[in-house]
Amino acid sequence: MELDVGGRAAYAYTGGKAFDAALPCLVFIHGALNDHSVWTLYARWFAHHGHAVLALDLPGHGRSDGPPLASVEALADWLIALLDAAGVRRAALAGHSMGSLIALEAAGRAPDRIERLVMLGTAYPMKVSDALLQTSQREPLKAIDMVNAYSHASIAAKPSYPGPGTWLHGANRALMRRVQAQQKGLNLFHHDFGVCDRYAGGLEAAAHVRCPTTLVLGARDQMTSPKQTATIAAELNANAPTQVKTVDAGHVMLAEAPDAVLAALRRAVA
Amino acid sequence: MPGASDPGFDTLALHAGAAPDPATGARAVPIHLSTSFVFENSEHAASLFNMERSGHVYSRISNPTNAVLEERVAALEGGVGAIATASGQAALHLAITTLAGAGSHIVSSSALYGGSHNLLHYTLARFGIATTFVKPGDIAGWRAAIRPNTKLLFGETLGNPGLDVLDIPTVAAIGHDHGVPLLVDSTFTTPWLMKPFEHGADLVYHSATKFLSGHGTVIGGVLVDSGQFDWDAAHAKHGRFAELAAPYDGFHGMVFSEESTVGAFLLRARREGLRDFGACMSPHTAWLILQGIETLPLRMARHVENTRKVVEFLSRQPLVASIGYPELDSHPSHALAKTLLPRGCGSVFSFDLRGSREQGKAFIEALKIFSHLANVGDCRSLVIHPASTTHFRMDDAALAQAGITAGTIRLSIGLEEADDLIDDLKRALKVAEKAGDKASAKAGAR
Repeated sequence: MELDVGGRAAYAYTGGKAFDAALPCLVFIHGALNDHSVWTLYARWFAHHGHAVLALDLPGHGRSDGPPLASVEALADWLIALLDAAGVRRAALAGHSMGSLIALEAAGRAPDRIERLVMLGTAYPMKVSDALLQTSQREPLKAIDMVNAYSHASIAAKPSYPGPGTWLHGANRALMRRVQAQQKGLNLFHHDFGVCDRYAGGLEAAAHVRCPTTLVLGARDQMTSPKQTATIAAELNANAPTQVKTVDAGHVMLAEAPDAVLAALRRAVA
Repeated sequence: MPGASDPGFDTLALHAGAAPDPATGARAVPIHLSTSFVFENSEHAASLFNMERSGHVYSRISNPTNAVLEERVAALEGGVGAIATASGQAALHLAITTLAGAGSHIVSSSALYGGSHNLLHYTLARFGIATTFVKPGDIAGWRAAIRPNTKLLFGETLGNPGLDVLDIPTVAAIGHDHGVPLLVDSTFTTPWLMKPFEHGADLVYHSATKFLSGHGTVIGGVLVDSGQFDWDAAHAKHGRFAELAAPYDGFHGMVFSEESTVGAFLLRARREGLRDFGACMSPHTAWLILQGIETLPLRMARHVENTRKVVEFLSRQPLVASIGYPELDSHPSHALAKTLLPRGCGSVFSFDLRGSREQGKAFIEALKIFSHLANVGDCRSLVIHPASTTHFRMDDAALAQAGITAGTIRLSIGLEEADDLIDDLKRALKVAEKAGDKASAKAGAR
């Protein structure tokens, strides 16, 4: 469905069912150069199991109007405004990679409105190497290929996503290229990686989070290493129960381990 | 297999989509000869049917062995995924019917495999899908033939049997200017010789019966999506692709382009086309094709090496009037071949014999290593006379448009010793020459 957030169109996939704000709401937030389609299986499952689902396209990504927003903080404000636009008072947030930082910041800014926080494929700080930032600026297509290769733990992940017969490396590469190409005159890849790299408010946000939190980490994640989560997990756990669940996958765990991730999400938002 | 780049072609040909079987440790891909797959419980069953989970339900829709083949071919082509089908023709039919229905229009190259020409010209016309044929090199013709209801441009990477090289970058750009995707039959080239997606094609299919399988044992097809064509944008601008960008009544109002930004085509092809038309591949066939693909790089290199030697030999024979191989300067697609096919132009080509139809017949019947049959891309060398076999339904005008004469002979060069193939051809040419002498003597006696 399409929402109006601050005068700009924002798209949210609702999982194959009409959105009903009276149901418990679960919001999915994608990562850099992705869109809502990385969540569709999960969105469909929760929408058909008693939830109101919003799988978002962030500003300037997929079907949502641009321009892209320049910081995690701005994106968190946009997310809270989107909840208002959808008539949602309280929601659970599940974010992947860059989306996990947006979910964290939103949960810290509006602790009374966020019931559950799920951070998948996350790390804090989410620093990006200078070499990759420079490559993403100068040769974004080459950088996409590099990130795509690093993001996958396998060339044979099963049962594949969204269904058998999908070559995950090719699908993720094509999605990143599509999202990049849709932003004319702006290098969205460099922009998104800059958003992740610059975010410095994670610990402060974590100190304000009051809801149960789950970190879902890929055991073979080379983009956001599980080792880089200890500090943020401890900060979150100081204020509210925080669990860490590890799945056998790389950074693109949503595609590489859909059954394990669904199981983790079900426990996290139960 | 994480790293700074994806594995190379030869590695993907062996490993993409397959890992040791977690249940048994089997290193080779197991053949899952099972029609169906048990559900964990009722909720699991419902969620699989409703596309809330990924997994296998029934082998007409998907199968674990077929999935390995699909992922592997998609990896080799640089696509987002693939669907294995009962034959190459089934793959072409699936591609067309996923996008087109009664009232739709296709623009196709005229240089096609006879079976594809039949499907487009005769059979689909019965179902209200019209096709305009243009010569593959007639660039203005491609542009002029596009109509508001055109859903697809279609051609072969190497047109059958004259080996016209399709100018994929130019034809794809024309299509994209009009919001129409380009489908390419890549059977003759395989991804080892050319990856059409890198040149702008949007969809590719193979008759996997040929080089992918490579051993002349099974019939199968594979349809691959690049994920590059923006169905939503094209539909918004031209209104052509409601099949992918508007609600589908056959699956609870699903909009496939919302479900998968880059995999919408394959979702509909599988969820409608395989479900309803049912032209799926046997898992045993998929396994045999996988065996073939594992050695595809080695075989293609040898196919091309042998073909170059045979072409060089034939080019020196007085009885050979012409050879249609794009690596020769004389071929009209020579320049394009140098750009698009730097590794070679495959191992299927045609040549014209001087003399009578009887001499052509004598030539084919004298061959001992070459097998006279209707196939190409086998590890064994093959020969056929297109005008009387693969293209026999075409009238003279259509044959001429496809670059075929009564004297055209098509060879598919296999993996034998090149010297043995040349000896076989040398012997057959002598027999053909003598047949011509006898015919002249008879004519003189009268």
